[in-house]
Amino acid sequence: MESEEGERIPLSQRPEWHDVTPVPQDDGPNPVVPIAYTDEFRETMDYFRAVYLADERSHRSLQLTSEAIRLNPGNYTVWHFRRLILETLGADLQKELDFVEDIAKDNSKNYQIWHHRRGLAEKLGTAATVTELEFTKKILSLDAKNYHAWSHRQWVLQALGGWEDELDYCHQLLKEDIFNNSAWNQRYFVITKSPLLGGLEAMRDSEVGYSIEAIVVNPENESPWRYLRGLFKDDPKSWIDDSRVSSLCLKILRAKSRCVFALSTLLELVCDGFRPSSEFKDAVVSLWNNSGSDSTDSSLAETICSVLGFLDPLRANYWTWRKSKLPAQTV
Amino acid sequence: MEPTDLNLTVTQREQCMVEAQVFGIYKHFSDLPSRAQTVMLELVRDKHIEYLTDGLQQLGSSFRVLDANRPWLCYWILHSLALLGEYVDDELENNAVDFLNRCQDPNGGYSGGPGQMPHLATTYAAVNALVTLGGQRSLSSINRDKLYTFLRRMKDPSGGFRMHEAGEIDVRACYTAISVASVLNILDQELVENVGNYILSCQTYEGGIAGEPGSEAHGGYTFCGLATMILIGQVHGLNITGLMNWVVFRQGVECGFQGRTNKLVDGCYSFWQGGVFSLIQRLRTVVNEQLVMMDDGKQDGSSRCTQIPVKSHASERKQDSEGTSSQYDESRWEQGGAPAGLPRSPDLINLSNIGLSFVEQHTENGPLFHSLALQQYILLCSQVLNGGFRDKPGKARDYYHTCYCLSGLSVCQYSCSKDLDSSPLPHALFGPYSNLVESVHPLYNIVLNRYHAAHDFFRGS
Repeated sequence: MESEEGERIPLSQRPEWHDVTPVPQDDGPNPVVPIAYTDEFRETMDYFRAVYLADERSHRSLQLTSEAIRLNPGNYTVWHFRRLILETLGADLQKELDFVEDIAKDNSKNYQIWHHRRGLAEKLGTAATVTELEFTKKILSLDAKNYHAWSHRQWVLQALGGWEDELDYCHQLLKEDIFNNSAWNQRYFVITKSPLLGGLEAMRDSEVGYSIEAIVVNPENESPWRYLRGLFKDDPKSWIDDSRVSSLCLKILRAKSRCVFALSTLLELVCDGFRPSSEFKDAVVSLWNNSGSDSTDSSLAETICSVLGFLDPLRANYWTWRKSKLPAQTV
Repeated sequence: MEPTDLNLTVTQREQCMVEAQVFGIYKHFSDLPSRAQTVMLELVRDKHIEYLTDGLQQLGSSFRVLDANRPWLCYWILHSLALLGEYVDDELENNAVDFLNRCQDPNGGYSGGPGQMPHLATTYAAVNALVTLGGQRSLSSINRDKLYTFLRRMKDPSGGFRMHEAGEIDVRACYTAISVASVLNILDQELVENVGNYILSCQTYEGGIAGEPGSEAHGGYTFCGLATMILIGQVHGLNITGLMNWVVFRQGVECGFQGRTNKLVDGCYSFWQGGVFSLIQRLRTVVNEQLVMMDDGKQDGSSRCTQIPVKSHASERKQDSEGTSSQYDESRWEQGGAPAGLPRSPDLINLSNIGLSFVEQHTENGPLFHSLALQQYILLCSQVLNGGFRDKPGKARDYYHTCYCLSGLSVCQYSCSKDLDSSPLPHALFGPYSNLVESVHPLYNIVLNRYHAAHDFFRGS
């Protein structure tokens, strides 16, 4: 609350608070990690403790929680008490959405805000679908990888619906930034969970095409490679039988650059039972020869591990380990 | 690739800028004469201790945004000091125990500050801080009976845990609840019920674990999820080889770890992701079993086995311990056990030894990440020469990053050791041997000797 000059009026000087005795924080005589609170912070929290302890669910308490939340949006006790007040007062939840949005502007990575928002949307039901999808879109337009915003959006879709445009939205974000792994994750969520699309198997064919297209442009982009692998989760037979996957690996390997993911994908294929033709062997061996080393490996899987150990030294230990654990049929 | 290239996406542009900064530091380092290099690689212990001790005694007004996280500040600082081999003096210790006791709720659990509601994350932080302080006064200040009832109240019928009354359910809540219960020896079947299924539903197509089902694989949640599954004896349910393939790719050209695919490096993941490797190193038997099952699945023509049969806890532990020092031994967990009033089922007894036997086994295999590279990132890019650690160059230091960079450094230094309680060889350390910090119990992130003392205390009491 501010005076006409815009200065905060201390609670102790506001007539509507004269009947309340503030409750100081019980920090003890010699607290550790003591915070040098400003007078404003200390007073606000002292009055908050007073109404919280008295369980006073009033309009002035609601107003006080707004002030306390502005000073520290991470105080989950204040948020919790605010929910109790809203419930008791039967407050206008649309107005509450505006309050949350205002706080979220500067604190979009705070657990409490999103938990509060979810609670509000739960109460509002399908009336909140559009506002919640728009709200998360707004947050994601500032930070397209905001973890909380994505979680909230997924919750909205599953609890309230609004799947119609979601695949398009993912496509739009990926068009803006094909390296945005959160958008790839959302795409996976949509194709596996949307009631409108028929599930993973129905979507697999077109999604394989979609991810391959992205890989060809940026073979060093890990996201579509993981997505492609994810499309065949729990179905290794289709994975090794889809010739588009192996052809993709071959194409990238022959280009002889940015091929760590092509090699590691080929390794997965071989380990899962794919039988590579001599073309694959030639492409891998040619990478090996480029490194100037002599190969003593007897199988393609072993050679791939050796090449990866060379091209990807940061993960040399991992590739050595993989080499030592190759399935019997690949060696 | 230049950061100013207009054809770059946001991800590429930000990545370019960080790479330029980090490589600039590495270039500067490699141009130095070797004596100057040694100085640059030094862990500036005294500065860190000063920064940490100062924070314990006074924090500026900007810390008001952490006013509901004060037990966390205690843990970050006290754990960092313990990693550096420091003990706080008696007075500070008493003050810390007294303060945390004021955060303890009469009905169990610890809150973010005196007078606030109990919260699982701050309960984890408070318990870890008190275990780190150690000693009769500190450990006996924890009301375990009440804490158990708090954990039960936070348990959701779905199996997961809520962070606080009517709070959010996620993997963090599961980990903090299970970790605390395990350390305090109050873990039982009621708390464990269905937690495993919840965690399993959070493993994503990428291989890592998300905060909630459907979300993106993330370093912090992957650590929490994996540690939880080990603590409840159900780790074989996870696809560990898939998880390994994901986490091994999180170490990038900057030498540090990122939290998610195509995100920027951040010093705190030195522990969250590095800790995952420390855990995996001790899961050799489970990993080998999964590899054999995948192999068998292919040979008989069936599809990959996704449902791994659940074994009994007893056989699980025996295999986990690799036949070494912690063989299945009834006499060890028959003494002590649960606090008064808690059920003493066979399951409780089984669960009570997992944390200890996990850390007592020897590891023959080295780390699967690049330990020296990570130490280089921590020391040259995250370390602030005036004390403390930061996310990355250009960011300010803070206690959170100090705690998790030092914890990550510890994971690196002991990653080649057979045992966590013996000193590593010099070649395992990047920089002078004086950089050596204490080892941690990787399931709880508590300095190992402090964990052992607490384990004995809660076993005997």
